[in-house]
Parts: sequence; structure tokens; C-alpha cells
Amino acid sequence: MAELHVELVAADRKVWSGAATIVVARTASGDTGIMPGHTPVLSVLETGPVTIRTTDQGTVVAAVHGGFISFADNKLSILAEIAELADEIDVARAERALENAKNEADSHAERRAEVRLLAAGGLKAQH
Amino acid sequence: MGAQLRVYKRRIRSVTATKKITKAMEMISASRIVKAQRAVAASTPYADELTRAVTAVATRSTAKHPLTTENPNASRAAVLLITADRGLAGGYSTNAIKQSLALAARLREEGKEVVTYIVGRKGVGYYGFRNLAVANSWTGFSDKPTYRDAKTVAADLIAAFTAETGGVDELHLVSTEFVSMLTQNAIDARLLPLKLDEVELSDGAPAKNQIFPLYDFEPSAEGVLDALLPRYVESRIYNALLQSAASEHAARRRAMKSATDNAGELIKSLTRLANSARQAEITQEISEIVGGANALADASAGSE
Repeated sequence: MAELHVELVAADRKVWSGAATIVVARTASGDTGIMPGHTPVLSVLETGPVTIRTTDQGTVVAAVHGGFISFADNKLSILAEIAELADEIDVARAERALENAKNEADSHAERRAEVRLLAAGGLKAQH
Repeated sequence: MGAQLRVYKRRIRSVTATKKITKAMEMISASRIVKAQRAVAASTPYADELTRAVTAVATRSTAKHPLTTENPNASRAAVLLITADRGLAGGYSTNAIKQSLALAARLREEGKEVVTYIVGRKGVGYYGFRNLAVANSWTGFSDKPTYRDAKTVAADLIAAFTAETGGVDELHLVSTEFVSMLTQNAIDARLLPLKLDEVELSDGAPAKNQIFPLYDFEPSAEGVLDALLPRYVESRIYNALLQSAASEHAARRRAMKSATDNAGELIKSLTRLANSARQAEITQEISEIVGGANALADASAGSE
């Protein structure tokens, strides 16, 4: 099966890298799925979950805040200022952050907390 | 014990205590350099990808962006100076401050007004003591900067740069480059307006020599550039902060190593002095006893 190489890089570390069959990310113009052989693309990411289907049928979910993706030569780079894998996310903390953000009516913080919960929840549903 | 000997003993004890402290600081710094270097290495993939993407967009689009447009009659220049929060790091902060003062003098010669931004308590202290104007300063993270810190600093600078009125036309960065454990250089570089021709990858190769695939830009080349350039500035500042942190630890390690060595030397020479003082005391006592005995012997010989 065709596969593409994915590098998920945050500003201060490399979060995940490996082979995948499809990657779905939230870009400025909506959810975009990238499969092997996609045309070279460079687009801006919104705060949202990124779903990577690995070649061994596993799924990697990460919460990504700001950044962009670039795809060329079957190599996909996901660059994010902050990226957290689903199993790194502290659900209790994210829930607290969501609560705080709602109280302070901070829509950006609220969205970030929601995305983190979403990414963490997506992993749980599969277990 | 004689007075002189007691003074020597006391000084030896105090220098030994100092030596223990400097030795501990040296070891702590040595272990932190490794961590700081690792942080620099960990941030390289992001910086390289970002550089590649910025160059790819810039070579494909002809759009003028405020962050890349040169102002022909620039009148105000911002200087961001990165120093340490704590001292005992040899000439680390002083070198960076000197570099920034030299840069400021150069900019003034070109007829530009200099606006200073400072990271690190040492720089703030230097400027504060001399009543030099500082536009903004950040402290508390010089030895372990995070991306969030870099973002806070960059946000302020980009805001000043893009401001319609009262903003700055140029942004210079004074930081310390980590060359090796023994060599760290204070350097200044112009960050904004960005010269895309000079953008380099981490291995020093110019990024524009690469051939880029024909990317589809979403939402548009301009939109992507809009989103990327601030990130690029942040990443440059983040890298400078990390390199400066590594340099700070290296400078501190070296300063503390020479302090430890000097304390060792001092203990050695004080021990010599203490030994000779003790010997002098013994000799004096013996000669006093001998002298006393002789005097007694003479006295009793005379009375007989």
C-alpha cells in the first residue's frame, strides 16, 4: 500500500514521525485529508485535532494549535507552535482550562481546551 | 596557637568553603549546557521546515509584505538585547551589552533613533543604573527559555514594527552565539525587515538555492506568508534565546572553573604560609627555651 512519511514537529521538539496512509488536518479552508501522491500543498492550520492513520492500522491523534502543513515528494510536515499527542494530554487539566476559558469568555483559550479534550476523547473511544 | 597561624587557618577554611560552592556551580552549569544544547537541537527541525516554507512562498509569490518591505528612510530602529538573569557568568552579559551599545552607536551614526528592548535582569540593571531608556523588558527565563517566552517577546516587537505611527522601521537582535563549550560570541543581526535572500538553514546553506516543488497555497500565497512570517520571527527569537541560554551556562561553567582553580591555588599558598608560620612559632619557642636555660645557667654559674 502506498504510504507517506509524516513529521509532526512542534516549536521545541519533534512530536511524532513515521509512515501513514492518510492524514486529516483542519486547515484555514476546512478539513483536509492528505493521501500519498497528493499535489504539493502548503497551507495554514487552524487550532484543531490532527488525525494520522499509520500503516499498521493504528491511529495517532494530536491536538495542534496554530501552524501549517507542507506536503511535497510524499513527505508531509506538520509544523505547530504547540502540538500534543492524545495520550500526553492531561484531561483533567484541559477540563479545568475549558472551565476557566468559559468563565473569562476567552474564545481562543476555549477553542484550545476543546480541541485538546476532543483529541484526548478520540483516543479513548477506540479503546 | 599563635595569632598569625590562627588567621591563616581561618582564611583556609573560608576559601575551602568558597571552593566547594564554585565547584558545585561549575558542575550544575556543565550539566545544564548539555540540556540547553539539546533544546537547541530539538528546535532545529521546526526552524528548518519553517525557513524552507517561508522561502518557498517568497520565491513563488511577488507579494510585498510589511515584514519584508524595506523603508528607504528608516528613522527608528529597535534593538533586542539578550542577557542573563543572574551574574557569576564571567563576561557573558557584559559582552552582549557592549555589543548592543556598539550597535546603538552605529545606528545613531546612520541617523536612526534607537529603541531598546531587553531580556534578562543583568541588561535591565545596566540600563537602569545609567538611566538609559528601555522600551520594554522581560526577565525570569534567561536560563531556560520556552517557546511561549519567545512568543511574548516577538509579539511586542512585531506590534512595534507593524504599528502605523510611532513604530520602528528596523529590528536588530543582539544575542550570544554558542560556538563551542569554550567559545561564545556576542553577535548582532538584523531581523526585520527580512531579507529573504539571506535566509539560511541551520547548516548554514542558503535556503534559496534549493529547488522547491510547485506548492498549492491555501488560502493564498499572501495568506500563507501572513501566517508564516510572524512565526518565522518568533522562531528566530526562540533560537537566539536558546543559544544565549547555552552560552550563559557555558560562560558560567568556565568562570566557575577558574574560580575553583584560583581557590585551589589560594589554599595551597595559604597552607604554605600557615606551615611556615607554625614552624617559625616552634623555632621561636625552642630558641626562647634555649635562651632561657642559658640565662638560668649563666645566672647560677655567676652566683656560685
